[in-house]
Parts: sequence; structure tokens; C-alpha cells
Amino acid sequence: MENLLWVVPALPLVGVAFNGLLGRRAGKGVVAFVGPGVVGAAFAVAIALFVHLVGLPAGERELHQTVYEWLVGGGFGAPVAFLVDPLSMTMVLVVTGVGFLIHVYSVGYMHDEDERGFARYFTYLNLFTFAMLLLVMADNFLLMFVGWEGVGLCSYLLIGFWFADRDNAEAGKKAFIVNRIGDFGFLIGIFLVFSTFGSVAFADVLPAAGAALTVGGTLAFWIALFLFLGAVGKSAQIPLYVWLPDAMAGPTPVSALIHAATMVTAGVYMVARLHPIYQMAPSALAIVAGIGAATALFAATIGLVQNDIKKVLAYSTISQLGYMFLGVGVAAFTAGIFHLVTHAFFKALLFLGAGSVIHALHGQQDMRYMGGLKSGMPITYWTMLAATLAISGIPPFAGFFSKDDILWRTWDAGHPLLWAIGFVTAGLTAVYMFRLFFLTFHGKFRGTDEQAEHVHESPPSMAVPLAVLGVLSLIGGWIGIPAALGDPLGGLGNAFEGWLAPVFERGEVAGELHPAVPPIEYGLMAASVAIATLGLLAAWWLYVRNQRLPEELSLRFRAAYTVLRNKYWIDEAYTLFVVRPFNALSAFAWRVVDDGLIDGLAVMGTGRLVRFGSGVASRWETGYVPGYVLVFFGGALAILAYYLLG
Amino acid sequence: MTGVDLAFWFFGTLAVVTSVLVITNRNPVASVLFLVIAFFSLAALFVTLHSHFLAAIQVLVYAGAIMVLFLFVVMLLNLGQPQWFDVQARPLVIVAAALGAAFVGLLWKGGLLEWTPTVTGPAAGVPEDVLGSVEAIGSALYTVYYLPFIATALLLLIAMVGAVVIARRER
Amino acid sequence: MTLAVGPGHYLFLSAILFTIGTVGVLTRRNAIIIFMSIEIMLNAANLAFVTFAAAIGDLAGFVMVLLVIAVAAAEAAVGLAIIVAMFRHRQTVDVGAFNVMRG
Repeated sequence: MENLLWVVPALPLVGVAFNGLLGRRAGKGVVAFVGPGVVGAAFAVAIALFVHLVGLPAGERELHQTVYEWLVGGGFGAPVAFLVDPLSMTMVLVVTGVGFLIHVYSVGYMHDEDERGFARYFTYLNLFTFAMLLLVMADNFLLMFVGWEGVGLCSYLLIGFWFADRDNAEAGKKAFIVNRIGDFGFLIGIFLVFSTFGSVAFADVLPAAGAALTVGGTLAFWIALFLFLGAVGKSAQIPLYVWLPDAMAGPTPVSALIHAATMVTAGVYMVARLHPIYQMAPSALAIVAGIGAATALFAATIGLVQNDIKKVLAYSTISQLGYMFLGVGVAAFTAGIFHLVTHAFFKALLFLGAGSVIHALHGQQDMRYMGGLKSGMPITYWTMLAATLAISGIPPFAGFFSKDDILWRTWDAGHPLLWAIGFVTAGLTAVYMFRLFFLTFHGKFRGTDEQAEHVHESPPSMAVPLAVLGVLSLIGGWIGIPAALGDPLGGLGNAFEGWLAPVFERGEVAGELHPAVPPIEYGLMAASVAIATLGLLAAWWLYVRNQRLPEELSLRFRAAYTVLRNKYWIDEAYTLFVVRPFNALSAFAWRVVDDGLIDGLAVMGTGRLVRFGSGVASRWETGYVPGYVLVFFGGALAILAYYLLG
Repeated sequence: MTGVDLAFWFFGTLAVVTSVLVITNRNPVASVLFLVIAFFSLAALFVTLHSHFLAAIQVLVYAGAIMVLFLFVVMLLNLGQPQWFDVQARPLVIVAAALGAAFVGLLWKGGLLEWTPTVTGPAAGVPEDVLGSVEAIGSALYTVYYLPFIATALLLLIAMVGAVVIARRER
Repeated sequence: MTLAVGPGHYLFLSAILFTIGTVGVLTRRNAIIIFMSIEIMLNAANLAFVTFAAAIGDLAGFVMVLLVIAVAAAEAAVGLAIIVAMFRHRQTVDVGAFNVMRG
């Protein structure tokens, strides 16, 4: 089995080659088969690997394969080598599994594209899957960075998929540039790691972290912080979150796959993967947790007042990613990854459901012109309900278990303030998610009559992935039922924690697998269920029962409403304090430094100098042969005189 | 003063005088004829150096073939009369003459006249009339120096083709 | 100055002839005359070669003279062909008229 690791990323790469080179000629039918097919096959291989891995003793669940010696130089080596342990196995399953469903969904969603666009779309989507698999399966920093950049590139390509519209292209560029800032930090982190450990292989660095770094040391702090800067960019945390809402310009399945389920969680995965380093830097971990909690609350408040259905989901994603960072920040790596997995299910479903709605309304994304879609789209309605319950944290849906795990661990680690932020955010999550849900599916339809007639349930290629993800949103959390709730499924227990325990054994305190349950855990659990229910009811009260009330509230709390509507003017602040000065600096570098000094003085100056010198020198070149002979003879004479007389 | 010395003075003077006439005479045909005399004088000087073979070649190739070619071209281009542009401007003529005088003067002062051999070649000691014979030159040419000889043959072939191509009337 | 002749006399004669050729190249503008001057210079060199060969006792000098004569023949053929071609273009053999390589 170990030799089969390369097959998993190779399959999507085959899809890239086929769709990219032959897709246009092969036609949409073939592409619709190959594009999802290769990812499905990769998923099948991943399942086989998973079965194999489960069959091994818990301590030996680690597969390595070196495919190719990529970079070799002196003592430095960075092979193309794959590592599959429970952590990356989890990620591979999520990426290929959810990815496969979204590929299938895309066949229906993108069917209006022509052959060219269709093939291009699946080329990019397969390329993304390949890069993401590279990221999660890499066994060294450098290969991980290749995947890291690869997913960033695909994100850029897919956000700007409909690049003919200038706004879409701008959104793609914004995502790319903001990500570059984070990638810069990541790269610095890798340099620091290499200079400290003399290697970039996880197998060399991670076990040695304890010996090479001192707990709370400066070096550990900076390595962890720079690496986290990469995560902040990729996973859209404060202050680099601004690209994600704009990234909604891409096709909706892309938002589901890249900007909800997989790529944006790469930062969480990275922190979890490198947890031995973070363990050495408690202050860096505190920053991770702080930024996570702040982002969660901050994005949730903005999400409350957005009218674009995808923008609400985008801010929700940022908020949920904040939860994950809160989890890993308090060293509850299992909880963070657990939330990553369940979030992949329900958030992908939410996006796909939103895509289904947008599809039915022919591109309408503004919730003010939706409503009452429940009857026309039953499958979308029920699956969306499952996902909304899951994200709101209503038991027994998936989100409840993972979110509650994070909150409990935060409290348990001694951060009541962070817990409180997470707790409030949980309530806000329920409010804005059910706001979205009620505005979209309940009440009266507020769009045009023409749209109302065309409302239809999506084709099977879209409905089936919705249904599958709906089921997962319900049961996905049952793999991690906390010990506090006993063992309702009989023998499963907290399977997820046990599964990841070998990876994090150094990270989490030993013996915590079956800790005694303090009474307060039940109290906190009840509180978070209560606040989620409260949020649900509040949304129902505001958007179903008293539909005038939201407007009155917005008028009464005008200041707060304006701040939220304008997203705290963060984008404007960036424009004013970063973009404009940077543009001015670039203009200076262009006009004065480049045009003036380099081009004008150096390049053109050299040319002019040579030209002038040649003009002077060419006066000697009379083209008159006897003149040359005269000079030649005079020279010969001079040499002769030197030898005979000198 | 031996007969050979007398021959040197006679033919040496003749060569110098005719050469000067070649470059001073305004009539190209006369120049060519003076040059023929100069080449004959050099052939005679070769004889005084015991290289009869080279003297014969000199007469055959230079005085015979090459000079006929010159004469032919002069006639062909109808340049038998003095040309208006024939001589350079006077300052250049003076400078050239001065440079030439300086050159000869330098060599005179440098002691070229008193030069005597300080090294001996591989054929040193061989009688003089054997040294310059056809047999000696021929065996050297076909054994030791066969590669330059072949290269010269090729050069002549290329020159032949080149001359035809260059002088051919363009179509 | 003695009238007894040694190799130095031959070499000095060679130098005088060479100088005459050079002065001819410098002072004349008729391409054919210049060409003849060059032939004088070649012959001056030949004389020096033969003198050295006879004085030192080395056949290389004789062989070299043969090669120079062959080269001179080739050069005369090509050079005169060039003069004919140039004359066809410009109707003159004035070297002052051929200055297209002027800088």
C-alpha cells in the first residue's frame, strides 16, 4: 500500500492533462465524466489507504513514499515525498471526498458553459485538487509550499474564471496579492526552520523541535509566528481576511470547494501539522487563539447584515475558520481538525445549496429578492436546513460536536474570555445563518414574476451531492462524540480523537483521551445549545414573525448598523493606508527610479555614450585604404625604432 | 671584388632603379615593363645566391605569367595613358618619402649591412650549388613541407574559381 | 664602405626594395600601380628569404619562396579580377573613389 501514495495526487493530475489538452476537442460529455471521475478514483484509492491504515496498530499508522529526488544540493534535500498519517489521511479523505461531490455538482452547475469554458473549469478544478493533495500529503516544508502556492494559483484562476467581467478579475488579483503577503511570512518561516534544523523534512524537524527550541524562546516564537502569517493569509484571518468575501466572484462550486471546505483550512492543517513547533511557543499559540477568536466574532457581526447570500456564507466561513484557529490555538489540535472536517461538510453544503438557489433564480444572489423557495426546491430546502442546524450547533448535527469540543477545550485550557467570545459568536452564528435560511426559503417570493415561474429543483447531478452532504452534516459529527455524552453509538466512542491521538500524542496532555468529566462540561454544553436555540428563535422572530422589525431595529441602532453594513470600513482603510501609499511608491519606483534613473540614465545613457564615442572614433575610419597603410607603416616604423634605437 | 660581387652591384642597382621607375612613371604600360626588368634583376640575384631553380621560377612565373596578366588588364581597361588622379596629394607624397627614408636609415643605422649568420640551419655545410638545386628543394617540398604544398595547390584552385566568379560580367 | 658583398648587402637591398614598394603603395592612386608596388614588396621579401636560406643553410627559405610565388600568382589573379570588377562598377581604378567602408 505504501507504494500507492503517489496515485492519489497523480489521478487529478491526469485529469488536468486530459481536460487541459484534449478537453475542448473531447466535448463536454467526456470532460463531465473525466473531471469528477479522476477525483472519485482518487477518493477510492484514499479509502483503500484508509482501510489499510486502520488495519495497522495505532502507533504505526504512518506511510512514507519518496517518488522523486527533487532538489539535492550538499546537505540540503527536498524530495517529492509523501507522508500519510491519520492527520493527512483525514485531510486527503476530506479533499477527495468533498471534492468529488463538488466536482459532480459542478457538472450540473456549469452546464451552460461552452466546451472551452467547461474544459477550462475542470482543468482548474482538477489542478486545485492536485495541489491541495500535494499540500496535505507533503512530507517536507518545501513540497508543502509548492502545494500551498498551487492552491493559491488555482484560487486566483477560479475566482477570475469569468474574467471578462472586470470585477471578477480584480477579485482574483486581490485574493492572489493578499495571499502573497501571507506566503511571504510562510517562506520566512521555512527559512528560519531550515537555518535552525538544517533540514526541511517533517521527519527531521518535528521530532527535533523539543530539543532544538526552548519553550517560550525567541526563535520558537518567530518561527511559529511567521508560519502563522502564512496561515492568516491562506485561511483568511484578521488582518488578511479581506480577500475571501471578494473571492465569491468565482463560480459557486468553487466557493464551496476552495473557499469553504479545503483551501482556506490549509492554515489550520498547517498549524496542526507543525504542532511540535507551536508547542514550543506558547505566546505564539496565544496569538493564534486570540486572532482566531477575534476573527470569529468580527466576521460573525459583519455576516449579520449582509444581503448577498454568498457574502453571508463568506463571512460565516471566516468566522468558522476563526473557531478552528481558536481550537488549535489552545492546543486542542484534534478539536480544530474535527471542526475543519465537519465544517467541510456543512459549509460545502451551504454553498452548494446557495448555488442551487442562485441557479434556480438565474444568477440572483441578493436575499432581499428571494423568499418562499421552500415549496419549489424541497431537496435544497431540507439539505440546507440540515447544514444550517449543523453550523448553528444544534445537536445532534455535526457542527454541535466539533464546535462544542473547541469551546470546552478553550474553557478547560483556562481561557474564559476566549470562551466567552466563542460563546457569543455561536449565538450570532445561529442568528445570521437562520436569517439567511428564512429570508431565502420562507415568507413570500420577492423577486420578479418571471423568476418565480422558473424556480425549479436542480438536476440530479446537483441534488445528489446535496443529499450526500446533508446526511454527512447530520451524522458527520458522530465520529467525535465527547466522552461526557457516553457512548450512544455503541463502541464508537470518540473515534476521531483516538484516530488522531498518535499524531498529537506529543501535543495534547497524555491521558486526556478518557478524562474524568467535570460537571461544568455539561453546563457549558447546555449553555451553548441554549444560545444556539436562542439565536434560532431570534432569527425566526425577526425574519418570519415580525418582518418589519429588522428595519426598525436598523433605524434605531443606525450607527451600529452603518458600521456593520460597511464592514467596519476595513476595505476602505486598506485602500487609504496600504493600497494608495503602495501605489504611490510603485509610481515613484516606476516613473522616477525605473524610467528616470535605470532606463533614462543607465540604459539610454550607456547607449548614448557609446553612440557618441563611436561617432568620435569613426572619424578615423575614412575608408581610404592608403590612409590605413600610412598609419600601419608608421606604426611598424615606430616599433622598429624602439628596438633599434631604444 | 669577385665576379659574383660585381653581379650583385650591377643587378642590385638595376633592381632599385627600375623599381623606382615603376612607382614614379605616370604611364602604366611603362611601369609594367620596368617591373619586368626589376624581376629579371632579382632572378639574376637569386643566381648569385646559387638558387638556380628559384631564378628560373622567378622568370617563368613573375616575369612571364604575372606580368603578362598585368599588361593584359592595363590594356583591357584602356589605362595606357597617364590618369589625372594618378599621384596622391603632395603632402602625403612627402610624408611617405620621409617615412621610407627613415625606414631605410634606421636599418642602416641598426647595422643590417654587417649582418652575419649567428645560427646554423639543418642543411649547413652542404655545398652551395647543391643547396639550391632542384633536387634539394624538390625533396624538401615533397617530404617535410608536403602539407603547405598541398594547401598551396588548393589555394591556387580557389583563387582560379574566385577570379572567374569576381571578374565575370553580372547578369 | 667596402665593395665586398656579404649577406648583409643582400638584406639591405631587400629592405630598399621593400621600402620602394611601400612608398609606391602610399603615393599612387592608380590601383594597378599599387598592385605592382605590392609585387615589389613580395619580391623584396623573397630576396630576404633566399639570402637567409643560403647564409644559414636551411631549405625552408627556398620552399617558402616557392610558396610565396604561388600565393602571389593567386593574389594577382584574384586582385586583378577585383580591379576589373570595380572598374566595371565605377569606370575608374582610382582607389580614392572606393571608400564605401568609411566610418
